Amino acid sequence: MALNEIKIGGLGGQGVILAGIIIGKAAALYDDKHSTLTQAFGPEARGSACSAQVVIDDQAIAYPYVTRPSYMVTMSQDAFAKFSPELREDGVLIIDEDLVKPTGLPPGVKVFGIPATRYAEEIGRKQVLNIIMVGFFTAVTGLVSEQGTRKAVAESVPGNTVELNLRAFERGFAYGKELRAQRS
Amino acid sequence: MKADPKGVLTGSHYLDGDHACSEGALAAGCRFAAGYPITPSTEVVERIAARFPLVGGTFIQLEDELAASIAVIGGVWGGAKALTVTSGPGFSLMMEHIGFAAMTETPVVYIDVQRGGPSTGLPTLAAQADMMQARWGSHGDYRLIALCPNSPQECFDLTLEAFNLAEQYRVPVVVMLDEVVGHMTEKVVIPPAEQLEVTPRRWTDKPPGEFLPFAPREDLVPDLCMFGEGYRFHVTGLTHDERGYPAMNAPTQERLVRRLVDKIEKNADKILRWEEKDTEGAEVVIVSYGITSRVAQRAVEMAREKGVKVGSFRLITAWPFPHKRIAELSRSVKSLVVPELNLGQMSLEVERTVAGRCRTIPVLHAGGAVHRPEAILEAIMEVAR
Repeated sequence: MALNEIKIGGLGGQGVILAGIIIGKAAALYDDKHSTLTQAFGPEARGSACSAQVVIDDQAIAYPYVTRPSYMVTMSQDAFAKFSPELREDGVLIIDEDLVKPTGLPPGVKVFGIPATRYAEEIGRKQVLNIIMVGFFTAVTGLVSEQGTRKAVAESVPGNTVELNLRAFERGFAYGKELRAQRS
Repeated sequence: MKADPKGVLTGSHYLDGDHACSEGALAAGCRFAAGYPITPSTEVVERIAARFPLVGGTFIQLEDELAASIAVIGGVWGGAKALTVTSGPGFSLMMEHIGFAAMTETPVVYIDVQRGGPSTGLPTLAAQADMMQARWGSHGDYRLIALCPNSPQECFDLTLEAFNLAEQYRVPVVVMLDEVVGHMTEKVVIPPAEQLEVTPRRWTDKPPGEFLPFAPREDLVPDLCMFGEGYRFHVTGLTHDERGYPAMNAPTQERLVRRLVDKIEKNADKILRWEEKDTEGAEVVIVSYGITSRVAQRAVEMAREKGVKVGSFRLITAWPFPHKRIAELSRSVKSLVVPELNLGQMSLEVERTVAGRCRTIPVLHAGGAVHRPEAILEAIMEVAR
């Protein structure tokens, strides 16, 4: 696997950074790859567009920043508007289709959407939206393993919410797997 | 001796550089920290505040950096291994106490997560502009040790190492991160305690009455005694004799200050650490440190694709500086390219060392972001042309 650049964007408070940590952790600790997570770090407030950037590679990573992501996850329209111009022309865009209506994308971009907010509400907590997206990302991209990412989810969320978050992960993963099967 | 397993979080973790520093301190046996939290170093003390009480340690949040930087010196004289953590504005306030630690030969660790300056500057954004301050910030002649990690793993390794060097040479050691390294998250492997070598304090084996607290051993470093165990022990920032008592005259000054400098310079070969790649036969060598070394790596790869023979030299110890090795390199290369996130600091030291034997090309950036790799590439190509 060559170097892969991933950018995750959303609103402060949606768990954007945690989503990045889980994907990066799955790659680095459980999939025997290298990963580096950087995050936009500033006086950002809850509710403004924020992002996490993850680089995954088989080899040690020197340059830590994402410059032209081939994978992008967006969880808000603002984040889509702000970050989507960075996406590679043959990149993969992953969205919560209830929250993001993509426009003006180059024709080569593959879009995968999931009604993640609705699923999160069904599961019983809107806050698990980010974990549904992580499950969906895992299935759609295959960049991180299902087992490894599940472990990373369980390790990264508060103890009393592990079961809830794993359900969210499964929901996103199952939807992604199905969607991928349909597309191929 | 081996690390105390109580403080060692053995295993593979996904940590940012700041948190990795806290774990390095714990593994080293540090059990006292004092700080005045400041971005972008706050995560170091946050983790320390959470973790220290679990292993019998103490963290005090103090009213400012003056208090924090002197409290840790008190902690050391009370028998603990101690550190404080800060960023630029706090580092400026700590200068007097760094000098005091150097003069009193206090083995203490300072962590400086560099952000843009001067003054409050860029609280959340990276720079590498405290490098000369670390070296020259306090008045008078002294030497200290400064280390520059470029990854979270190295933040763990070098914080542990900082404590070891502090104990070995009875000197303040500064771990110089930058905001990017402090906040970047990567895999950090913490080995089992029995694989971690920890340098104990140099307690004297001489009885009270025979022991002179500032009389050096052959390595120019004196041993220590413990307050309250019957020793006469006087600690002062004034020029002092081997008993520790003020002796304010030229011969004592010459003996003491010369030794404070010599104990680092004459032991430099044992202290120095660097990483060198492809320097053999190179026409250009990039000299860099911290986050810039990783950005430079991309420029090196780009230059190689263009057929340029380029090597890299990464400073791990910034102070003492690897004068001998840089001088050797200057005899075999056309140019040393020095990118850094400041307007000329370590590049000056390179230039001074090279003394005109080859070209020194600084690639300077005022901070707030990292270099574009292309900017470093341009400097390399300028030489290759």
